[in-house]
Amino acid sequence: MKITRRMERWSPLLVLAAALLLWQLVVAAFSIPEFIFPSPWQIAQDFAAFKGPLLEAAWKTFWVTMLGFALSIVVGVLLGFVIGSSRLAYTALYPLMVAFNAVPKAAVVPILVVWFGIGLGPGILTAFLISFFPITVNIATGLATLEPELEDVLRVLGARRWDVLVKVGLPRSMPYFYGSLKIAITLAFVGTVLAEMTAGDSGIGYLMQTAGSQQRMPLAFAGLVTIGAMAMAMYELFSWVEKRTTGWAHRGSQAD
Amino acid sequence: MSFVDFRNVWLAYNEELLAKGHFAVEDISLQVDEGEFIAIVGPSGCGKSTFMKLTTGLKMPSRGSIAIGGQPVTGPLKISGMAFQAPSLLPWRSTVDNVLLPLEIVEPYRSTFKRKRREYEARARTLLQSVGLAGYEDKFPWQLSGGMQQRASICRALIHEPKMLLLDEPFGALDAFTREELWCTLRDLHAAQRFNVILVTHDLRESVFLADTVYCMSRSPGRFVVKRQIELPRPRDLDVTYTPEFTEIVHELRGHIGAVRKSGAAIAQ
Repeated sequence: MKITRRMERWSPLLVLAAALLLWQLVVAAFSIPEFIFPSPWQIAQDFAAFKGPLLEAAWKTFWVTMLGFALSIVVGVLLGFVIGSSRLAYTALYPLMVAFNAVPKAAVVPILVVWFGIGLGPGILTAFLISFFPITVNIATGLATLEPELEDVLRVLGARRWDVLVKVGLPRSMPYFYGSLKIAITLAFVGTVLAEMTAGDSGIGYLMQTAGSQQRMPLAFAGLVTIGAMAMAMYELFSWVEKRTTGWAHRGSQAD
Repeated sequence: MSFVDFRNVWLAYNEELLAKGHFAVEDISLQVDEGEFIAIVGPSGCGKSTFMKLTTGLKMPSRGSIAIGGQPVTGPLKISGMAFQAPSLLPWRSTVDNVLLPLEIVEPYRSTFKRKRREYEARARTLLQSVGLAGYEDKFPWQLSGGMQQRASICRALIHEPKMLLLDEPFGALDAFTREELWCTLRDLHAAQRFNVILVTHDLRESVFLADTVYCMSRSPGRFVVKRQIELPRPRDLDVTYTPEFTEIVHELRGHIGAVRKSGAAIAQ
């Protein structure tokens, strides 16, 4: 059977539909109670019933994540620039950053609560702390792997190091940067929800935590689905941005 | 007075090698007049690229002196343009933007760039058209063939109207037909603008066709072993490459290079 382009495009949806169907059948066949593992139908029902609070919580989580994410872009790019442009900075800072990144952020949230109180602070900061590292690393890598031939072209004209970094290094790193954004945004969502679950008073994380403690599993799962949908939408958005702005770097893979 | 003046120049790559007496190039003396076209031919690893680095001020000599335009060389020159074997065009810029790049770096163009942008762009487009890239100015480098990219690279080396053009095996990666086309393009540009050209190449025919003077360099440590004036009248047509006089000159030079390759000393590390 020849796989057409149309089939390729519809395939993810088909797989999703098949998975949902299977899920429904399994729950029905084994009569799994609602509070252990709800079926897609039950989740959909709770989704409709609690649409208001769900969307409100989702919106809150969304913009808290966006704030943290914006912060991580700014810091990530600056830090990446510093580390990638100076070998000394690279050697001096990198081990420390890796160590910092290895600390599970769940452990950091209580500390943030002590410093900033329950509410927005821990949410934004956790999103930031968890998501700036990939951006830093990718920018630093892009700058540090600059081909000498491209550099020579400018050096021969007497260009200063700054010129080389800004005119050649940074544009050259853009594919890496946009790639890292896709990872960072999903991480940022993780950070926010984590903070909300541990020490939040609103947002999807908090809603899921409350629903779980009241044995309302379908609602908790509905929250899960909401986050998943948001994160996926953002991922696709940045994927699209990446294609538009760095088309020059992807020309090899366009052969279809 | 000569424009480029090398006097007894020696270069060792670092202190260690200098102490051991291992030089990359030895006792280089050469004088190039304004507007002259010289070619340097030699085996691989003989120090041709080192010579280029000395000329552009990217490296300082360990011994001897270099003066360009009467001034001693202390750093990268802004009066020279350079093209390498790889075109190295920036893939995120269109061809015309690539050609404009030196004007964004070099004074006095840099400070007037925003104001005079349209004028500079017109200049870049004219230059591209003169080398046969009309219609391709707004395309991206990957949409151009290797020969076209190299042409654009040469335009980029000339946009800031340098007095000196340095070419480091620029046509090495091209097929024979494109190479001959680009010889003619270069010949015409040189005839029109009369800048100095220092061409480093492996190709003897190329050097004899294009240059006024050909220097042969020995293997590492590089020394000039032959200096040959090319008396063929200008403007030179491609047909001249099939005449007996031409072939004789190439043959003679080939003999010198052959002798150099056989009797060369072990390559210093």
